[in-house]
Amino acid sequence: MLRTKTYHKKKIVVVFLGCALILFALMGRLGYLMIFQSEYYSEKAQELHERERDIKAARGRILDANGVVLADNKAVCTISVIHNQIKEPEKVIEMLVKELGLPEENVRKRVEKYSSIERIKTNVEKEVGDRIREYNYSGVKVDEDFKRYYPLDCFASKVLGFTGSDNQGIIGLETVYDEVLQGQNGKILTLTDARGVELEDQGEVRLEAVPGQDLYLSIDVNIQKYAEQAAYQVMEQKSADRVEIILMNPQNGEIYAMVNAPEFDLNDPFTVEGSEGMSEEELQNARNQMWRNGCINDTYEPGSTFKIITAAAGLEEGVVTPSDSFFCPGYKIVDDRRIRCHKTAGHGAESFVEATRNSCNPVFIEVGLRLGTERFYHYFEQFGLLSKTGIDVPGEAGTIMHQQEKMGNVELATCAFGQSFQITPLQLITTVSSLINGGTRITPHFGVKIQSSDQTKTKILEYQKTENIVSEETSKTLRTILEQVVDGGSGKNAYIAGYHIGGKTATSETLPRSANKYISSFLGFAPANDPKVIGICVIHNPQGVYYGGTIAAPVIRDIFANIFPYLGIERDPMAQETESE
Amino acid sequence: MLLVILFLISFGLITLYSTSAYNGQVKFHDTAYYFKKQLFATILGAVLMCGISRMDYHIFEKFAVSGYICSLLLSTAVLFFGDSYNGSKRWLSLGPLSFQPSEFAKLAVILFLAHIVSSRKKKQTGLGTLIFVMILILPIVALVGTNNLSTAIIILGIAVILVFVSNPRYLPFIWIAVTGIGFIAVFLSMESYRLDRLKIWRNPEQYEKGYQTIQGLYAIGSGGLFGKGIGQSIQKLGFVPEAQNDMIFSIICEELGLVGACILILVFLILIWRFMVVAAYAPDLFGSLIAAGTMGHIAIQVILNIAVVTNTIPNTGITLPFISYGGTSILFLMAEMGIALSVSRCQKKSSCI
Repeated sequence: MLRTKTYHKKKIVVVFLGCALILFALMGRLGYLMIFQSEYYSEKAQELHERERDIKAARGRILDANGVVLADNKAVCTISVIHNQIKEPEKVIEMLVKELGLPEENVRKRVEKYSSIERIKTNVEKEVGDRIREYNYSGVKVDEDFKRYYPLDCFASKVLGFTGSDNQGIIGLETVYDEVLQGQNGKILTLTDARGVELEDQGEVRLEAVPGQDLYLSIDVNIQKYAEQAAYQVMEQKSADRVEIILMNPQNGEIYAMVNAPEFDLNDPFTVEGSEGMSEEELQNARNQMWRNGCINDTYEPGSTFKIITAAAGLEEGVVTPSDSFFCPGYKIVDDRRIRCHKTAGHGAESFVEATRNSCNPVFIEVGLRLGTERFYHYFEQFGLLSKTGIDVPGEAGTIMHQQEKMGNVELATCAFGQSFQITPLQLITTVSSLINGGTRITPHFGVKIQSSDQTKTKILEYQKTENIVSEETSKTLRTILEQVVDGGSGKNAYIAGYHIGGKTATSETLPRSANKYISSFLGFAPANDPKVIGICVIHNPQGVYYGGTIAAPVIRDIFANIFPYLGIERDPMAQETESE
Repeated sequence: MLLVILFLISFGLITLYSTSAYNGQVKFHDTAYYFKKQLFATILGAVLMCGISRMDYHIFEKFAVSGYICSLLLSTAVLFFGDSYNGSKRWLSLGPLSFQPSEFAKLAVILFLAHIVSSRKKKQTGLGTLIFVMILILPIVALVGTNNLSTAIIILGIAVILVFVSNPRYLPFIWIAVTGIGFIAVFLSMESYRLDRLKIWRNPEQYEKGYQTIQGLYAIGSGGLFGKGIGQSIQKLGFVPEAQNDMIFSIICEELGLVGACILILVFLILIWRFMVVAAYAPDLFGSLIAAGTMGHIAIQVILNIAVVTNTIPNTGITLPFISYGGTSILFLMAEMGIALSVSRCQKKSSCI
């Protein structure tokens, strides 16, 4: 046996010292990692361990001018199961089948699926959710959620719009005021293990949700309801495709009502009638069609109601006065074209006021020609017809108008009585409002104010106004002439005894002319000397009698008769006397 | 020394239970699954250790050659009949028990080399012995290395340390170190996947395979100075894969902090120092070399494990002695300790020769 020699011992010490050296170096490395890099790594680890759960913020409500809630939130529940927390799977399955009315097969599949969390059903009524919670089965989770709810179903559907599953506005006011309404989702931060299972004893951090702000509208439930009723009535009577009605305050642009009959159910916005057998694309097209707001998204040839604007331009420019006399032979020759009057026999000799009452085309062609293309176009632009109205609803259609350079006398002549160009009903009513209110171009709008959910903060919404687009004088003259139209003229069907109502009728033929389809409309306002309300009714493709004066004017008359007392527009005793004479 | 070993074993069991409870629950629905198996192996190992420590270690000299041959056979057998676990063929099954021959190989090599070196009569200054020893252990290194590179490196390391201790010269070992590094460089560049390992090592966050490393670093970094407290680790909850194995040190760091981790390293250092003392005062060269081999074994494994966990060197699967999960490992480790204790006992009595 060999003895251990000195050099052996020496070498063993060398090995030990080497090891010790390396171990101390590793301790240094550890110190570096755990002190200097600690923050970096622990932050990363924290990120990895934390799981966020959103607390949905309640979406702000939408209310009418009287404070009636038009769009609200309903508490609903989402039912889910966490596989490895379930202790009595059979009981859970039985309970879920019973409470949710789902086929057992589906529930069983979900409950037995090995996943961290499995959603069984969303949008479950709160009462059902509460009942499920009371069973107190482990592994069954009931999360509260909000669902947009429209208490009045079809009410002003195309104006209000609706929201998608992610609480985001899809059309209408819900889209434009999305940011205001949305609020801020809160968060629950919990620590989880690598499979995403929450750790019980680690506590949680809650960031509370901030509810969305409430939006107050100028829409008045009562007026809108009258208008909707009237629209549906005439649509049915005349078997029309659709009927649009707008009622607004001509002084400030606040819209009282905007009807697009047929409306759709905001609580069920994706169901289209007769959608069986439609392809996905067809269905989507049908939905888009159903959601269209005709008052804003679609343009039409305004026809004779546009004569208000030609008259305003003529009066403002001084090329015509109310007492100017004209002669209508039943047509007017412009360049090489013979443009007919709607009364082929002609209106004969008439003043400008009488021509407006008669809605005489040749006279308005004459006014148009007197203005000339340049001045006509100038006023078209000055009145705001070339730009959009700026309403707070998305998808406003622009005006389709001739280019000034390409506008010959024939185009000018047709434009003068409202043909060969297209505008939206909203544009027409907004422009006329601006012409009769003393010459202030107003911005039509629905949103009036925004209020925080705890009602501590209120913001009044302001809209642009452009003054003096027409003189006070012209505005006054125009109002007087238009009152004459209703008082025994072509708009006489809108007359209500004792009230001063101004207005203008229109009957336009849609393109192609050969289809014999018409759009009948009437635009009226009251009181004529100081307008407080202006309304337009547009009837698309009415069957039978299609004259605006005959079918559209009575609609506005009926609505006016109903809402005048409500709006505080009183009978003029003097007017009543003249009536009785 | 016994005290240090007992401390490490108890500490290892506690940590193992803490780290493996989650994995045991997830995989076997039993938080104590790993703990029970480890406890069983540890008790068996403790009995073995006590028994062996009371025996004269010279008995093992007789088994040195046969033990080495036996380990060769077992390592060959594992190539053909081995069970795979986590993608590596390292286990031999005997009924319900499974057994890792490479763990046995370490012990066998220590005994074998201690025997060979101490029994050579002539002066061992030449390079001849050196080369002779290296050739002798090459088969086992190759066999183990085919599916367990890490253990092969440990065996090679033990061999180098034993030869280094037995040889009075220094210069040849510098050459060995230089050629070793050169060899490793060539070896790494030969296979692209090994180079990938290097890339992952430099930048673990950018590679999918760096996941284990980066999770280990997250755990270490989360610990701070004093740690989160025992049982409070979050990284062990499935984030660090198989937290009870190679990466257990990272969880120790997370739970006990820098202070705890350094104390553990110091305890290992004390153990290594004790081996050094035993080796230095061993009654004969055989005993001295056994103690030196054991010291080398523990030191290499501790150093490599901590270096891997702290991402100081590229990732390779090396367990932390006494603490990481592994039945065979703890069993043979305890047996090895028993032999070392026996050497220590003889030195005290000076009566074994």
